[in-house]
Amino acid sequence: MKNEKYDMGDIDIAWCPGCGNFGILNALKQAMEELKIEPTNLVLVSGIGQAAKIPHYLKTNFFNGLHGRALPPATGIKASNPSLTVIAESGDGDMYGEGGNHFIHTIRRNPNITNIVHDNMVYGLTKGQASPTSRRGFVTPVQVAGVILEPFNPLAVAIALNAGFVARTFIGDKEQTIEIIKQAINYKGYALVDILQPCVTFNKLNTYQWFKDNTYYLEDSYDCHDRNAAFKRATESDKLPLGIFYINPEKTPFEENTGVYKQNDTPLYSREVDYGKLESLISKYALV
Amino acid sequence: MTNPSTKKGNDISIVLCGQAGQGIQTVEKIFTRIMKSNGYHVYATKEYMSRVRGGLNSILIRISDKPVKAFVDRIDILVGLNKGSIKHLKNRVTSETLIIGEKEVLSDEIEDKQKVFDIPFTEIASGVGNKVFSNTVAVGALISILSVKPEDAINCLKQIFKDKPKELIDKNIEALKAGYETTVKLENFYSVKIESPASGSVKKQILVNGSEAVGLGAIAGGCNFISSYPMSPSTSVLVFLAQKGKDFGVLAEQAEDEISAINMAIGAWYAGARAMVTTSGGGFALMTEGVSLAGMLESPIVIHLAQRPGPATGLPTRTEQGDLDLVLYAGHGEFPRIIFAPGTLEDAFYLTQKAFNLADKFQVPVFILTDQYFVDSYYNTEPFNLKECKVEKHFIETSEDYQRYKLTENEISPRGIPGLGKGLVCADSDEHDEEGHITEDLELRIKMVDKRLGKLDLIKQESVPPVLLGPENYENLVICWGSTFNIICEAVNYLGRKDTAVLYFNQVYPLHDGAIELIKKAKKTIVVENNAAAQFARLLKIHADVKVDHNVLKYDGLCFASDSIAEELNELL
Repeated sequence: MKNEKYDMGDIDIAWCPGCGNFGILNALKQAMEELKIEPTNLVLVSGIGQAAKIPHYLKTNFFNGLHGRALPPATGIKASNPSLTVIAESGDGDMYGEGGNHFIHTIRRNPNITNIVHDNMVYGLTKGQASPTSRRGFVTPVQVAGVILEPFNPLAVAIALNAGFVARTFIGDKEQTIEIIKQAINYKGYALVDILQPCVTFNKLNTYQWFKDNTYYLEDSYDCHDRNAAFKRATESDKLPLGIFYINPEKTPFEENTGVYKQNDTPLYSREVDYGKLESLISKYALV
Repeated sequence: MTNPSTKKGNDISIVLCGQAGQGIQTVEKIFTRIMKSNGYHVYATKEYMSRVRGGLNSILIRISDKPVKAFVDRIDILVGLNKGSIKHLKNRVTSETLIIGEKEVLSDEIEDKQKVFDIPFTEIASGVGNKVFSNTVAVGALISILSVKPEDAINCLKQIFKDKPKELIDKNIEALKAGYETTVKLENFYSVKIESPASGSVKKQILVNGSEAVGLGAIAGGCNFISSYPMSPSTSVLVFLAQKGKDFGVLAEQAEDEISAINMAIGAWYAGARAMVTTSGGGFALMTEGVSLAGMLESPIVIHLAQRPGPATGLPTRTEQGDLDLVLYAGHGEFPRIIFAPGTLEDAFYLTQKAFNLADKFQVPVFILTDQYFVDSYYNTEPFNLKECKVEKHFIETSEDYQRYKLTENEISPRGIPGLGKGLVCADSDEHDEEGHITEDLELRIKMVDKRLGKLDLIKQESVPPVLLGPENYENLVICWGSTFNIICEAVNYLGRKDTAVLYFNQVYPLHDGAIELIKKAKKTIVVENNAAAQFARLLKIHADVKVDHNVLKYDGLCFASDSIAEELNELL
């Protein structure tokens, strides 16, 4: 076994056979191995959904929180101990639907975390309703006449908000996915990796074949530092581009900007209250 | 205050009334500090409208030779800076009230028998150079009435403005003198003289309001992370920790919403920080899912909730004790919690400090339940003693076989944090096994529920007992909780009855076992609450099986007044 550091051994996994989540799990494990990140130093934060079960299937610290709420605790964790590698990983419903507001504002906040989103354009755990990224016309037990809402475009939103690292991959290409996850983790700031994956049970429209037919790779000549070009590519919908859309190398992460690590780089847990200083603060309230 | 040239009093209540943004707070700040630096006990609180400019707001200031810590309806002196001031306070202004103001402004509202000092604040201020100095002119008028020498006030004024340009300080001194002199030269002038407290201890005491006491307590408790969304009247704690916390390494973040705020704070605790959130009822409603998460993850979290009247937006700048039920039951599922309700500044400081240790020790949500009245009120109090404070960290360095939810003999699983030790820390909002992985093992489910709820007995052993004040052999017991305490205390003291005691709860859940006996001992029990549904009386019925005889309730958005409530209590006793 190649990825034994992160391997859980023989465990019962709740995903359907053939689910794209397996590929993402393997890609993640391999990326972590290749980056030589220790499981004790990694925190995987997820919400609720089929994708959000991923922390249970690899050896790591994890925070499996509430539906839609992976990004705020991920931010809190990273800001409290910047030496940890923090990945917030969940599905498209969790990150873009229930957690939409956090998605927007976490990008603005820019903690040094990696946001991996399993994007299969459908709700799996609740059995087949539309997700924010479902295409118009997609028929489900709830959207009986087909989806009538405009699909959410996470990449365009992220680029509009000047996210520092924005990428999309397709799990059919494991090598590129691993490579991009690695780059996203190495990026110092918030990094979005939207991973297209089929849901073999509930999405008969966006299948492996559909993704193959409806995606293409950004060219080698493509300049990922050009935000306007990135936005233009992100809004393409006939065929979805794959690769790194945008990198802004000039951003500094939230935890650095807060100032609490300026003079002291130790994690918050190891710090003590300066009671002398507090006493002098309190005594100031005795003055006029 | 009748009309002799000098009258001795020992407790003067002054109300400043004016538009929002007009500077009554400046008058309050300068005047209270002058009086404190001259050795007097001071107290102040405000009531204000939900607007940034205009409307009418008022500030009550009490000056006394004895400690004063409670709201009163009585107004000895009213400083009316705007048209409508007297009308705004019509239920509290009597023929005994001395009105200070510009007759031109207040003429429509002044009745014939009213005592009035007509002082042209604006004109005097303009004479000094700018009408913005009219606030300081008003301070000058007030100190003349309270027989404070201008020199003593000026020294204090210099201190207050010490970081300001010299020219501005000089103009303010001029304005204060002008206000003083114009007032003492009035034909109908008279003054009062409060005896200075003998001990002179007031000068060394501190002046902090409720939100500052909570904020200082948080720092003393080792708080190093606050994430919150602004909401009146809770925002002042976020502001305090953002400003003062900087020197103590407190990370203060304004979240996009309350949902994010509490989830961020729980994440911070997971990584070993000591985090809190501050909010009010509506914001807390959004946090309830997060409270439930803390229950399941067994995460510590400290929540300051400053109550205001609801439902929904309610009265945003007013006060109420209406969210006790909300806090008591917030969050789906069953899990323990701790609720403090400080009624004094000392309690706000020490209980907030303690909240962090208890949250960490028992891995539960701990609430500090205050309200608008409490956070906006202040009086002089002894400097908080830090010798009683200690940051107790309850997390451990993990070993390779670490299990976050290990079933132990005492219900508490040692809390590891990621990156400290060789173990993995797995926190799960699903029902989980000892390691922290999802489980549907229903026998294990029972064990996990029992473990979580079992902590309540341990918590109870450390509950803060209620404070009994008054005669030991009481027949009547007046029960209160949180911010009403000082008001009730003053009212019952005033009545001076040998058969009546006060029982004050600063921890409202879980109740200390001793409380039941103290309540059952009384022949007559009265619960006083700033709400309409008698929520604490209900809590006593449900959790202590005691039924009280009378409920005294107030829910007009204002706090109780010690003089009015004394009358009301006297009728019931």
